[in-house]
Amino acid sequence: MLTANALCCERDDRILFRHLSFELGEGEVLQVQGSNGSGKTTLLRILCGLNEGYQGAIRWYGEAIADQVENFFASLLYIGHRVGVNKVLTPLENLRWSCSLQQQVSDGAILAALAEFGLRGFEESQCFTLSAGQQQRVALARLLINPARLWILDEPFTTLDSDGVAQLENLLRQHAQSGGSVLVTTHHKLSLSPLEILSLD
Amino acid sequence: MTERRITTAAAFRATLARDLLIAYKRKNDIINPFMFFLIVATLFPIGISPDPQRLGEIAAGVLWISALLAAMLSMDNLYRADYEDGSLEQLLLSPHPLYFMVLAKNISHWLVSGLPVVLASPLIAYMLNLPTDVYFALFMTLLLGTPVLSLLGSIGVALTVGLGSRGLILAVITLPMSVPVLIAGTMAVQQTLNGAPLTAYLAILGAMLLASITLAPLASAAALRISIN
Repeated sequence: MLTANALCCERDDRILFRHLSFELGEGEVLQVQGSNGSGKTTLLRILCGLNEGYQGAIRWYGEAIADQVENFFASLLYIGHRVGVNKVLTPLENLRWSCSLQQQVSDGAILAALAEFGLRGFEESQCFTLSAGQQQRVALARLLINPARLWILDEPFTTLDSDGVAQLENLLRQHAQSGGSVLVTTHHKLSLSPLEILSLD
Repeated sequence: MTERRITTAAAFRATLARDLLIAYKRKNDIINPFMFFLIVATLFPIGISPDPQRLGEIAAGVLWISALLAAMLSMDNLYRADYEDGSLEQLLLSPHPLYFMVLAKNISHWLVSGLPVVLASPLIAYMLNLPTDVYFALFMTLLLGTPVLSLLGSIGVALTVGLGSRGLILAVITLPMSVPVLIAGTMAVQQTLNGAPLTAYLAILGAMLLASITLAPLASAAALRISIN
């Protein structure tokens, strides 16, 4: 569904990657690996359309993304390094907004997703009172609500405890089994199969 | 999956409601610009002269400049927090036209920082001894002019939000853009004082407002895409 052809990115006179090509099909999980500063986050942001400083072609179901931005964004869920959780709002209010950018969503669905991610009882606490891991969980709860087919996740495991890691791996597996695709950067060793690996080093 | 897609109008409302909620929860976002406005307006009589005659002559300009500075002070909140916590990326990745999302944020900014200033303006006008027959002119010009300040300021904030240390660059970009509004606003009050009809100036300010509603969010949206790059 997502193909990248001969991607080339230069940043501050340094070539991050060149001639990078890959294909992400339905039901596939692609793990992007590379040392610190190798351009993993930049690559993900390029694929989302947040970063335009690259050469090469990115296609979504065979068509250039620029020709079908709305379609692509409606099928995309991106959780970046900065997870998009406002500190003043509660988890419920945060998700009400971030989910409603893409779809209609009921409070019931949000509360269920928060409970699933172990945040029962924290729905009404302001997010600055939550730990980093809990804030990460608030953002990840969107994975349960949003029907997006393509997940692009930047280091989603960093602040999670071991239970959270297992739960997220499980979620990625289920998403792939139901025909969705995942692009993920992590240094964590994923116990998923099949798992494709793209190395930037 | 697609049948649950949300309309742009609903996403617009959700963004507006969220920004108002954040402002409500961070009360100093509402109170600080307003207090700043009051204080700046109060400094002029101290600095220039407490003579009612002279104050009455400069009152309109004082109010307009205070409103402009208050809008400037609160402007940074517009995208700063969203940029830092990643919400801005989510906004840029929504399948809706960014124009409407930016417009929602600008409207919220005006409701929080501009509207209180407009509502309080007759009170300050009284303190500055502005002749009572031009209160209406002052009120109307501020009502039409302050949204323009929010919309134009948004472009400056969008351009600078990605910079590490911005300092005064925001004011340097935004204040010159606000000059036409300032001229139209203060001229309207002065000319009404001299007996000229108000409608012509209101028409000019109204035209400025319409032009900035249609064009400024487009510029802000483009600037945000550059800043997030």
